Amino acid sequence: MIDVIRAGVLSTVQDLGRHGYRHLGVSSGGALDALSLEIGNRLVGNRPDAAGIEVTFGPTVLRFKRATRIAITGTDFGATLDDVPVYSWWSLPVRAGQELTLRAAKRGMRGYVCIAGGIDVLPMLGSRSTDLGACFGGLGGRALRDGDRLPAGVPQPHKGIAFSPEEPAFGVKAPAWCKFVLVDEPLRRGRHAPGLAWAAPIRVLRGPEYASFSDKAHDDFWNEEWTITPNSNRMGFRLAGTALERRDKTELLSHAVLPGTIQVPPNGQPIILMGDAQTTGGYPKIGAVIRADLWKLAQARLNGGVRFIETSVEEARHALAEERQYVKQVETAIAMHEERIAR
Amino acid sequence: MTPPRIHPLGDCALVCEAAPPATIDCQRRIWALAERARLMPHVVEVVPGMNNLTIVFDPLDADYESLAAQLEAGWNAAGSADAPGSTIEIPVRYGGEDGPDLAELAKHAGLSIDEVVKRHTEAEYIVFFLGFQPGFAYLGGLDPALHMPRRREPRLEVPAGSVGIGGAQTGIYPAASPGGWQLLGRTELRLFDPSRNPPTLMQPGDRVRFTALEVRA
Repeated sequence: MIDVIRAGVLSTVQDLGRHGYRHLGVSSGGALDALSLEIGNRLVGNRPDAAGIEVTFGPTVLRFKRATRIAITGTDFGATLDDVPVYSWWSLPVRAGQELTLRAAKRGMRGYVCIAGGIDVLPMLGSRSTDLGACFGGLGGRALRDGDRLPAGVPQPHKGIAFSPEEPAFGVKAPAWCKFVLVDEPLRRGRHAPGLAWAAPIRVLRGPEYASFSDKAHDDFWNEEWTITPNSNRMGFRLAGTALERRDKTELLSHAVLPGTIQVPPNGQPIILMGDAQTTGGYPKIGAVIRADLWKLAQARLNGGVRFIETSVEEARHALAEERQYVKQVETAIAMHEERIAR
Repeated sequence: MTPPRIHPLGDCALVCEAAPPATIDCQRRIWALAERARLMPHVVEVVPGMNNLTIVFDPLDADYESLAAQLEAGWNAAGSADAPGSTIEIPVRYGGEDGPDLAELAKHAGLSIDEVVKRHTEAEYIVFFLGFQPGFAYLGGLDPALHMPRRREPRLEVPAGSVGIGGAQTGIYPAASPGGWQLLGRTELRLFDPSRNPPTLMQPGDRVRFTALEVRA
């Protein structure tokens, strides 16, 4: 059992999402930074798709009723366990009654608290993720509140690994420190927006209606440093910058949209759809963020920037394969660590 | 029928888009193709839209080219006869608090309130696809006399079960939400229940009839 002492801005129960129901209008949801949740789960011996707590920005305080293991992944909250600093991307033993404090994130946007056994709320349509729009899943279909209690499941060994709470802490390399996250960038015209410290490079494929935009819109799309406006959320990131004009203004029939789809409403300001986005739309799609970069986008801050880098389907697949390779390396490192402990 | 355009949407999806205009025959073929696409290897989502179908797959396992070829072959082989669908009856209380725009709609159409309800209940509607909210069905088949633009000021909260008209479409709000459609009435039926499987009352290809439980001015 976890006591939510302080829920923070937006904390929800999320797993790797609800799949196979988009034709009925049900979004996939799930951890926006799915890679972080997956690694967090592996660090506590869970299946990769176990549910954890997605903490947006912080500050958040949790108390653990029983001795267990936890991991904090995603952004760095400067976390402390009973006032002792603890690392992110580590598997941490926790004694009964200890309190975890996550401070407001200095970088990034979202972090994950994973616990051995996972958050054991009732699965709905095959997932424990909270659907905030349709108000189901997670804990009562809503964001966590101060005073909530979350059940933790019974730890089941995954791939033969089950950590005991007593085992000392150990860590793995965060993806942000790995080579595979580096993006090859062409030389840019560089249009640095004032007030933007750093714009995250996000790889994008041309969307089905790319050709319907003007040449100037194409240039602007690739060269602009887009600001992520504060009315961005788990449904979508609303960007601000030079308005993108269409040369061919043909209206579209309703069609499926996906996390990563970049649509441009008539005001010319693009919206990147995220995990909780609705399943169909009607706006032209200028591009689509590749799956391997969705987790990076989830860490981009409000009022921060993003810039789009054109890529190919082959490169997108390669990027995803590299990400999977990293997950395999983490798995191997954890297995080797366990063998050492066993000896 | 002209061959469809098959193009990618990001690195995990392919869209099969039939040539316009959108017709019911074409949509039947979309549903039939959807049934086939569900059986294709590594496909995780199959989402019909209006005149189009999107499949989502795992890009590391699936062969993109082969899926595109299977979609094309599926389109050519899919007859509209094997389209799915059952008939659903939806009891509605028209007018009053449940349908605050019914009188306005009658005025707009130049018809009596009873005539509006008669025309809305006489038609057989078809679920073209779902989207917007879980369980929200885009219904085709609205009597052209009942077409009416959306409200200029959307309502901040439309109650769950509200039956409305927006342009040439009629539909039902599964959950309370903001909305700009003209509201005719309300049903008690639950359109979305995540503890059921399937969780939605309507599915693409279903036929729908409204029945009047009550008509108030």
